[in-house]
Amino acid sequence: MRRVEVAVVGAGPAGLGAALAAASQGAGVLVIDNACRPGGQLVKQTHKFFGSRRQRAGTRGIEIADLLAREAMERGVEMWLDATALGYYPADGVLTVEHLGRFRKVVPRALVIATGASERMLAFPGNDLPGVYGAGAVQTLMNVHGVKPGQRVLMVGAGNIGLIVSYQLIQAGVEVAAVVEAAPRIGGYAVHASKLRRLGVPILVSHSVKAAHGSPVLDTVTTWQVDHRWEGIPGSERDYACDVLCLSVGLSPLTDLMWQAGCDMRYIPELGGYVPTRDREGRTSVPGLWVAGDAGGVEEASSAMATGRLAGLGAARFLGYDAGYEEAAREVLDDLAALRAGPTGAKIRKGLERLQGGTG
Amino acid sequence: MLEKSGVPSGEQLELCMPRPERRRRGAVAVFECFEEIPCDPCYDACKFGAVFPFADINHLPRVDHDRCNGCAACVSHCPGLAIFVVDESWAPGRALLKLPYEFVPLPEVGQLLACYDREGRLVGEGITVRVVRGRPRLGTPVVWVEVHPELAWQVRHVQPVMGGASRERP
Repeated sequence: MRRVEVAVVGAGPAGLGAALAAASQGAGVLVIDNACRPGGQLVKQTHKFFGSRRQRAGTRGIEIADLLAREAMERGVEMWLDATALGYYPADGVLTVEHLGRFRKVVPRALVIATGASERMLAFPGNDLPGVYGAGAVQTLMNVHGVKPGQRVLMVGAGNIGLIVSYQLIQAGVEVAAVVEAAPRIGGYAVHASKLRRLGVPILVSHSVKAAHGSPVLDTVTTWQVDHRWEGIPGSERDYACDVLCLSVGLSPLTDLMWQAGCDMRYIPELGGYVPTRDREGRTSVPGLWVAGDAGGVEEASSAMATGRLAGLGAARFLGYDAGYEEAAREVLDDLAALRAGPTGAKIRKGLERLQGGTG
Repeated sequence: MLEKSGVPSGEQLELCMPRPERRRRGAVAVFECFEEIPCDPCYDACKFGAVFPFADINHLPRVDHDRCNGCAACVSHCPGLAIFVVDESWAPGRALLKLPYEFVPLPEVGQLLACYDREGRLVGEGITVRVVRGRPRLGTPVVWVEVHPELAWQVRHVQPVMGGASRERP
């Protein structure tokens, strides 16, 4: 049994943001992550960040992971890596963890859940063939392990992840045949789309995958045009020879620990699925439990760092470390409001309104 | 158009063009940034005050082309790779482009470059004049490309031509 002041599940941008904020306020912090290095998805992000200087704009994700982890170490944050949080039992206040092959119990006085999100799948014939990947796996192979996933890729999804991973594939020397997107417009930032277009990659909106073919592995993908109800239009089929089909069709918050803990959950499509109700700090309906980052609604890493900081400040205040809380929280809330203010933040704003309004 | 194709329209490009008299005076940054996203590193990058302060981080950048000296610091900082420097006064009958370039190997000075437009179409050739590597691991390298003046407003990507033989597009 290990007692700590603040436990944080997840060492991505939100978890590290929470750990740093809580530790800066004076709390003792333990971070738990199932990966072997801290940073979460940041470790595979070789592109530069948007946002402003306070969110480290212009810095590459991988550098941000290193910066945050180093800062956490300097602030005395303890880190369990190769550690999977298994369950949280509010009645006893016990968080169970598998750490380096051992079963361990942690009793935190405050708990921050920053587990991130998981990738969605797409239903089509052949989606179980070797060669069909999620974009996260492609990024891990390429950017963490230095392994090319294949020679020629068809990308499904023109959100930011689909566009960025396509660009990174080309940087790694892999050909990208095309990006197909079922929606009638490109979902990611226009600048990412423009980067791909000048490299000669076609982006086909209102197009999707009809089927993947090959035996024993993927060799051809059939795409087709889709109508406004996202139904395939017969006769519009086109075959692409490729050995990788990369799916980048959205993310859903990873909320298992919060379901199990008994948090009040609502289904909010704009936030990616079921998310816990919470206050502006991220405090959920379960006393002593905060949510931060994509686990509370799918957004960008910059806002994950900010919601993480808010949760860390809140958890620290809960334990009595409240010096300068108002000022620090105000600064983060202002940053968050600014990040979400523009047209690209409209979906998040709507989702959060629905969550607060209880109409989810 | 941009949101369907990823290619800015002619009207959008008109909006970001410096005035003709400014263009004739020499190197100037062209911000091909047409969508409001939360992003402002260009403001911090410019040491000459040519990028106005952002009242809202989602606003499009506002640029004073008269304060811009075409140094390309913003080109190296822009996370969207959306800024390019164009110098129409580079040499008689030759223009210079400073383009962001995130591929390896970097071109070498003097190397022939295949030049592509915003849709990835091969539109001509250029010569590498200089390669500025930028901040280690952070800055986007900037490649200086000498081109025919007619290409200056078309070319937005280059590809080194190996051993004189044209390599396939990436």
